[in-house]
Amino acid sequence: MDDAANPTPEGEASSAADAPLGKRDRSTRATPAHRRPSVIGVLGEVLLTLGVVTLLYVVWQLWIGDIIYGAQRTADAHSLSEEWQQDYEASAAASPTPSPTASDSPEPTPAAVEPVILPQPADAQIFGTMHIPRFGADYAFPVAGGVTREHTLDDIGIGHYPGTQMPGEVGNFAVAAHRTTFGKPFNQIASLHVGDAIVIETADGWYTYRFRTLEYVHPNAVDVLAPVPQEAGVAADGRYLTMTSCSPMFSKAERIIAFSVFEAYTPRAAGAPLALTQGVTS
Amino acid sequence: MYAGLWRILPGPVWLRIIILILLLAAVVYALFSWVFPWVSHIVDPTEVTVE
Repeated sequence: MDDAANPTPEGEASSAADAPLGKRDRSTRATPAHRRPSVIGVLGEVLLTLGVVTLLYVVWQLWIGDIIYGAQRTADAHSLSEEWQQDYEASAAASPTPSPTASDSPEPTPAAVEPVILPQPADAQIFGTMHIPRFGADYAFPVAGGVTREHTLDDIGIGHYPGTQMPGEVGNFAVAAHRTTFGKPFNQIASLHVGDAIVIETADGWYTYRFRTLEYVHPNAVDVLAPVPQEAGVAADGRYLTMTSCSPMFSKAERIIAFSVFEAYTPRAAGAPLALTQGVTS
Repeated sequence: MYAGLWRILPGPVWLRIIILILLLAAVVYALFSWVFPWVSHIVDPTEVTVE
C-alpha cells in the first residue's frame, strides 16, 4: 500500500530538485512516514480494499457462508429434535398410563398408526425438521410456514407452501428451500435415488416419505403443488411430498421438483423409524 | 491511508503486526456476520418457489 502512495511525492521532489526547497524535500523523502497522503494514493487504497472485499464476498457467498449457515441450521434442527424428545419423555414419565406391560402387547406397527395432522403453521413458525439420510446421516433442517425468502427461506431453512397439506395429510405436503446459498438445504436434491427416505420430524413423531421422481418445470408451474401433483383439479387420492428448488443452480430460469409418496407415520412412543436410523444402503 | 494507520499504531513492529491481524480479523468477522448476509438478501438472484 506504501507503493501506491509513493509516486506523487517523489515526482514533486524531482521536479522541485533545482528549487531552493530541494533540501527539505530530501529530508521529507528520508522520513516517508510523515508524508501527507495524496488524494490519488488514498483513492487507490480504497479501490484496492473494495476489490479485496468483493472477492471476499464471493468466497463467502459460494463457500464459507454456506458452511456457517448450514452448520447453524443443522444444529438448530438437532436441538429441536432433542427438545421434543425430552418433552415427550417428561410427559410420558408424568402420565401413569404407559406401563411396561401395556406397551408390550399392542406394538404399534407403522402402517396401523393414523398420523397426527398438525394445523397450518403461521408464517415463519417452525413446526418440524426434515431429515434426508441420502444427504448425510446428520442432515437436518428446520421446516417453517411460508415460502417467502425474507421470513423463511433465507433465515430458517425449509418453507411450507401455505394452503398445501401438512405432513401425513391426504393431499400434497409442499415445501421449498434454497439449492445454493443460505445453507443450501436442497443442494443435493438431484442426487436423490428412488426409494430414498425423506423424514419429517415433529413434536408428535416422524412422517416417512419415499422419493419417487424428479421433474424440471417452469417457474409458473403451480400444478406441482396440487393435491395430486401435476393433476390440477383432481381430488386428493394419496399423500404426497413435493419439494421445489431452483434449477439450474444459481439461476431462477427453472425449478427442480422432487416428488415423494407417504410411507408411514411413527409416533414418538415407538422411537425413530428404521428409515432414519439405518441410513442409506445403496 | 494504510501508511497513516501504520503510523498511529503504538509499539514495535511485531506488536503493530499483531494489532493489524486482530483488526483484520474483526473486520472480516463483521463482514461475515452482518454485511455479507445483508448484501446477499439483496443481490442473490435465485428463486426456489413456483408461483
